[in-house]
Amino acid sequence: MGAKAENGPKPPPPLSSPPPFKALVKLKTKQQELLIRAAALALIYVLAFAIRLFSVLRYESMIHEFDPYFNYRTTLFLTRNGFYEFWNWFDSESWYPLGRIIGGTLYPGLMVTAALIYRALRFLTFAIHIREVCVLTAPFFASNTTLVAYFFGKEIWDAGAGLVAAALIAICPGYISRSVAGSYDNEGVAIFALLFTFYLFVKAVNTGSLAWSLASAFGYFYMVSAWGGYVFIINLIPLYVLVLLVTGRYSMRLYVAYNCMYVLGMLLAMQIRFVGFQHVQSGEHMAAMGVFFLMQVFYFLYWVKDMLNDTKLFQSFLQITLTCAIGVGTLALGIGMASGYISPWTGRFYSLLDPTYAKDHIPIIASVSEHQPTAWSSFMFDFHILLILFPAGLYFCFKRLSDATIFIVMYGLTSMYFASVMVRLILVAAPAVCLISAIAISATIKNLTTLIRKKSKAALTVSSKATSNLKASAKALLDQSLPFQENGAIALLVGAFYLLSRYAIHCTWVTSEAYSSPSIVLAARGAHGGRVIFDDYREAYYWLRQNTPPDAKVMSWWDYGYQITAMGNRTVIVDNNTWNNTHIATVGRAMSSYEHEAYEIMQSLDVDYVLVVFGGLTGYSSDDINKFLWMVRIGGGVFPVIKEPDYLVNGEYRVDKGAAPKMLNCLMYKLSYYRFGEVTTEYGKPAGYDRARGVEIGNKDIKLEYLEEAFTTSNWIIRIYKVKPPKNRW
Amino acid sequence: MGRTSAAMAVFLFLLLSLFSIFQLVSSSPEIRVLSAERRIDVTAPITRVFLTLKVENAGTSEVSEVLVAFPPTEAEHLAILKASVAEGKRKKKTYVPLSVNPSGSPDAPNDAQLYSVSLRSPLKSGEATTVEVLYVLTHLLEPFPAEISQSEPQLVYYRDSATLLSPYQIVEQITSIKTPSNKVESFTRVDPTSRVGSELRYGPYHDHGPYSYSPVIVHFENNNPFAVVEELVREIEISHWGSLQIRDHYKLKHAGARHKGVFSRLEYQFKQSVSGVASFRHLLIKLPPRVHSVYYRDEIGNISSSHLHIDSQKSELEIEPRYPLFGGWKATFTIGYGLPLQDFLFESHDGRRYLNFSFGCPLIETMVDDLTVKVILPEGSRNPTAAVPFPVDQHLEMTYSYLDVVGRTTVVLQKRNVVPEHNIPFQVYYDFNPIFMFAEPLMLISAVFLFFVACIAYVHVDLSIGKSS
Repeated sequence: MGAKAENGPKPPPPLSSPPPFKALVKLKTKQQELLIRAAALALIYVLAFAIRLFSVLRYESMIHEFDPYFNYRTTLFLTRNGFYEFWNWFDSESWYPLGRIIGGTLYPGLMVTAALIYRALRFLTFAIHIREVCVLTAPFFASNTTLVAYFFGKEIWDAGAGLVAAALIAICPGYISRSVAGSYDNEGVAIFALLFTFYLFVKAVNTGSLAWSLASAFGYFYMVSAWGGYVFIINLIPLYVLVLLVTGRYSMRLYVAYNCMYVLGMLLAMQIRFVGFQHVQSGEHMAAMGVFFLMQVFYFLYWVKDMLNDTKLFQSFLQITLTCAIGVGTLALGIGMASGYISPWTGRFYSLLDPTYAKDHIPIIASVSEHQPTAWSSFMFDFHILLILFPAGLYFCFKRLSDATIFIVMYGLTSMYFASVMVRLILVAAPAVCLISAIAISATIKNLTTLIRKKSKAALTVSSKATSNLKASAKALLDQSLPFQENGAIALLVGAFYLLSRYAIHCTWVTSEAYSSPSIVLAARGAHGGRVIFDDYREAYYWLRQNTPPDAKVMSWWDYGYQITAMGNRTVIVDNNTWNNTHIATVGRAMSSYEHEAYEIMQSLDVDYVLVVFGGLTGYSSDDINKFLWMVRIGGGVFPVIKEPDYLVNGEYRVDKGAAPKMLNCLMYKLSYYRFGEVTTEYGKPAGYDRARGVEIGNKDIKLEYLEEAFTTSNWIIRIYKVKPPKNRW
Repeated sequence: MGRTSAAMAVFLFLLLSLFSIFQLVSSSPEIRVLSAERRIDVTAPITRVFLTLKVENAGTSEVSEVLVAFPPTEAEHLAILKASVAEGKRKKKTYVPLSVNPSGSPDAPNDAQLYSVSLRSPLKSGEATTVEVLYVLTHLLEPFPAEISQSEPQLVYYRDSATLLSPYQIVEQITSIKTPSNKVESFTRVDPTSRVGSELRYGPYHDHGPYSYSPVIVHFENNNPFAVVEELVREIEISHWGSLQIRDHYKLKHAGARHKGVFSRLEYQFKQSVSGVASFRHLLIKLPPRVHSVYYRDEIGNISSSHLHIDSQKSELEIEPRYPLFGGWKATFTIGYGLPLQDFLFESHDGRRYLNFSFGCPLIETMVDDLTVKVILPEGSRNPTAAVPFPVDQHLEMTYSYLDVVGRTTVVLQKRNVVPEHNIPFQVYYDFNPIFMFAEPLMLISAVFLFFVACIAYVHVDLSIGKSS
């Protein structure tokens, strides 16, 4: 709005004079500030997008890892067949022979978003492929997140803090890890949705406006449609409201904001088929409902308090109402739980509250590396200086407590806890950590600069006057401040600048080195320093796609299910949507049985091909032999025939001569090492030397009776075997 | 045998008399082939036959056409048929191409297909001339056994006749078949037959009557890559801003003996001399010089195994599919590149523009079953006409690319059974007004301009309902 005042009554410049560049530069301070702010924001926006393109430059424009391949496949389906087909899609290519109802078992937000962007670009006659849209969706939303972070920071603290928050989150490795180009996953849009919902809710609480709380309900709806992490919102917001109630910060603003957001958000969320009635029936959502009723009780009490002028009467009324309310609530909850109307908490939720729960009860969750508790090093890796600035920011927040700062403090603390329980939840904590650290940075630098400015200003006035009262004023100044305050401030500023630049360097380095690998294509340094590419995954998947019958069923460990269906276009038995533990256990059992037992299982599942990942030749360590113990555990969890100690020797997992006999003859071992004993992998080592585990394999003479080698990729990373048809009876 | 040939002779006599009644001037029955020499090259999956015919007009009237006959099995695999006549002596010898057309006469025995070669000057009575004929056949070699394992070499059957099928009497003829190696399992003997090294020689035979046929089968080893492009779609996009974008979509198949049983990477890697001899891994693509921005990818992404060699004469792209191709295995991929426009786009005398580009498949020594060439003309071009030196199916369609409003006229040329001999230039003529070149930049400029106008308007217009301050 600043430009308006300038452009108003100004006379047109004389024609003869050169272009009035100076006049343009001569803006008012406020306009200058706006211009700088807008320019900084624009640069941050571009930076957030650009830093996520390392993977495209290093490799190519491709979809990364595992889950994104499913998202890509469904998006492809959505753009080709339209929304209704997508919504009603029964996918017979996965979970053979069960199949999977795709429309009812996914969060469609990401796919719909990408499809809409694609449609819009097509409408504007940009003839791009849907893959490009999918690859760039996450960086695009990361850029948008920086904008939200700016406004959020502005809402909590001031515009400066907002700007710093936007800059921090643009390059925060914790966030980049899940939003590089090609990482087409729910989290890519969900973090944007999460922060946006929080921002809108805080805005609604601050203003008490129905419009903002309506907007936050829609933000919540988008979040629910995008990611299962919406449970965090629907638990954090009630908790926040509860804290406000307890601290006596109840207000009409809060009442409007929460009620509108909860009721509308709930109704909207129930439209997502995957959530549906869970939103009012499952244990994870009960806190929100409880707080909703509590709000009504509070409102009622305030109303009664207004009506009754007698405090004593009110006190007794309060007691009765509270006991009644709590009693009714507990009773309702108890009856609901007992009758099974309210479903208990899921295992994933438990494992969040109790980090050891998954390890004992749900091996399939514990087997995923991103579900492990976080190590200190990865906190340092993902947050760097933010980890130090976070407590400082908390201090500033407590110093200037308001509804908004309480919210960010709670968001920061809870998400920090979850981040330490599960590695992948660092992502959820990243925005909060960035915002709180931004407050610390902004407040500190503001304090320091005001110190320096005040000093120089004072010095200026002093020198201009230069009269008899020089000594007195100097004395007064000295009294106010500590010695060497200015120098100290400058030193601290330089230090802050140094820290922030270290942060920027660290983030760039982490992004380029650690988070930009697609994990489909592996790159290594060759003997002469050149770059060697291992493209074995795609080699195998493309071979499957081209040279096997279109209805062939491929059995592999569940990690590769999404990739096989998306790139190989073949039916799989299990995939990364681990909804049926028994089915996965069956595959685990087949892999850990002897060949003839496994053959029966494979026959019953109509398996035509078996795919294993093997890193012994190249030294690729995340292969199936290293994952094998999880297959045994998951298989043994359902089928007690499989016992983990059978595969271990004195509690030790080995593949060499000293390995357990069952280990040396199980299907996975045979398929991984078939004919590997004849290969010399490293100079000076015996034939059959496994480079991934650094041992000579124990069983070099492997004979396959029921399977035959169908394809092995050029670096042996993927090996595909064909299941032979049953033998004739005579 | 005697009886059949007698019956044949009677039948032929009737036929020929019919001929002389209906076609008085052309293909007079009085032509005699003095000598026929046939050299058949079966070293590659593409079969090439060089036929030298010395014809004499033994009749009284002038003759202007010579007929060449093909049995139906060959006729359906015939990709191209060319004829030429040598002129000048020894060192100044030049070959002058002759026009070849399918003959209209349906009255050849046993569905034999006739093609007539028009001579440059009619052959007078008693004169003789020599006609050189080259024809190329595809899918003629039949793998036998039809399925082989990884370690076995590939054996194929070649079926033909020891004598040349011809509507004329042949005085003397000889046929030689060149096999890729001297590993010949078996061959039919029609004496005199001899075999020297990798060459089989049938003949010389003397005085065979018209349409005489004596089938022979040669069974030999042929490990040459049986790379067949089942479908090739070439998109040639013209931009008047100075570049020609080409995208070739290949569907490649190993059309040799099918792979059976195990594929062992170990054997393939460490025993290369005996393992997978019939498979292939590398392919060579010839690209025009000054090619740039070459890419090689498929539906699931970039394929990193390719090498490009560029020099001033030509560019060569050596590609490797993701996996070695064994019999029956398939691979699809796309190769795209850009070329400078001035090398290929010209202006004709009447002011029309034309694209001069090579037809056919840039893969070296590969046959294409189904070739589609799409020439995408710039937006706003009109009246496209294509000039192709051989018959092709043509139609027009519309393509939409970046910032297209009305769409780009696209000339689609389709041809079946394409061999390297079809790699000859063709032209597409069209009218184009250069003003259309600026349509898209102007669109972009106006869009940005409108955006700024909208921003200015937003800043200046007060949208609030009530005055808040």
